[in-house]
Amino acid sequence: MSNDSCGAPAGGVTISKDKSSKEAVIEGQVLRGGAPVSPGYARLLGTGDEFVAEVPLGEDGGFRFFAAPGEWTLRVLAPGQVRLEQEVTADIGQVTKVEFLV
Amino acid sequence: MSRSDVLVDADWVEAQIGAPGTVIVEVDEDTSAYDKGHIPSAIKIDWKKDLQDPVRRDFVDKVGFETLLSERGISNDDTVVLYGGNNNWFAAYAYWYFKLYGHDKVLLLDGGRKKWELDSRELSTDVPARDKTSYTASEQDAALRAKRDEVIDAIGKRNLVDVRSPDEFAGRLLAPAHLPQEQAQRGGHIPTAKNVPWSKAANEDGTFRSDDELTALYRDEAGVDFGKDTIAYCRIGERSAHTWFVLHEILGQPNVKNYDGSWTEYGSLVGVPIELGEGK
Repeated sequence: MSNDSCGAPAGGVTISKDKSSKEAVIEGQVLRGGAPVSPGYARLLGTGDEFVAEVPLGEDGGFRFFAAPGEWTLRVLAPGQVRLEQEVTADIGQVTKVEFLV
Repeated sequence: MSRSDVLVDADWVEAQIGAPGTVIVEVDEDTSAYDKGHIPSAIKIDWKKDLQDPVRRDFVDKVGFETLLSERGISNDDTVVLYGGNNNWFAAYAYWYFKLYGHDKVLLLDGGRKKWELDSRELSTDVPARDKTSYTASEQDAALRAKRDEVIDAIGKRNLVDVRSPDEFAGRLLAPAHLPQEQAQRGGHIPTAKNVPWSKAANEDGTFRSDDELTALYRDEAGVDFGKDTIAYCRIGERSAHTWFVLHEILGQPNVKNYDGSWTEYGSLVGVPIELGEGK
């Protein structure tokens, strides 16, 4: 995906190795009984539940965000009224890993 | 225009599957989403390959649009029902684009692909074969599209609505948070712009918020003057097409333009004013 777009593939954009040290990456996976959940959506929320971004889950149940450093809320939506949340902290040069179990 | 003229729900679309005179079209942020499964009978338009000029930074021209729709089997009389992921982000962009070239009957599936998926409705991988048509487009409707000089002239005169996230508006990020941040241009926003992130217009399931909630959001909370003309912008003009849809098509505001050059153009211009930080 070229960078002059707003488009992101399911699961989020792949990290390029030479750029990852400048990014605050949050990534993870949504699983149900060990199997990936897809379709579904991961939402990145800022202070006060402020919506920032959303990606559809990849076929592996995965998602990735390139956030600003700081505190974030991740919310996962999936068929069957699934709605899960976790608080995470992102830092520049770090890949923060998050797992959701449905 | 009002909500009932432009939005349809999933039950309505389900009843239209395969109906003559109606073409369901998926336009997705993730251009591979269609291939993994789509609303039965839907065809795909790729917002990038199909709708952007491959060389210049611009849309496909009138002839290109005519060729595209003819090849996809869309007639001038067809009702086009657009849907896509992420709150209809790119479907709303395609809606604006169809209106720009004068297509009369265009509708948006409220909630888009996300609501359809969360409802566990049927998805198909069958790609329908449609007979070619001979589509005739109108010249671009200049009333819907703002260019850079008009935007600079609008500072302090018209409403400028920056629909990016607060971090992009303030200059802390240069792209949405689900994308890499490396960019050449400066961060910030056009002076006097109000920041109303596009996604605030949508409920969590991707449907649009009620008319009363939308009016409160733009007019009462953000201070957009409904008595003035408005230009919406974002980074490359897709999120702001969603806001154009809300203001012009749902709320019926008469003079609303989308600035598709948006921040990747404005933030790279030499000598134009830029404001940093939170809105004033």
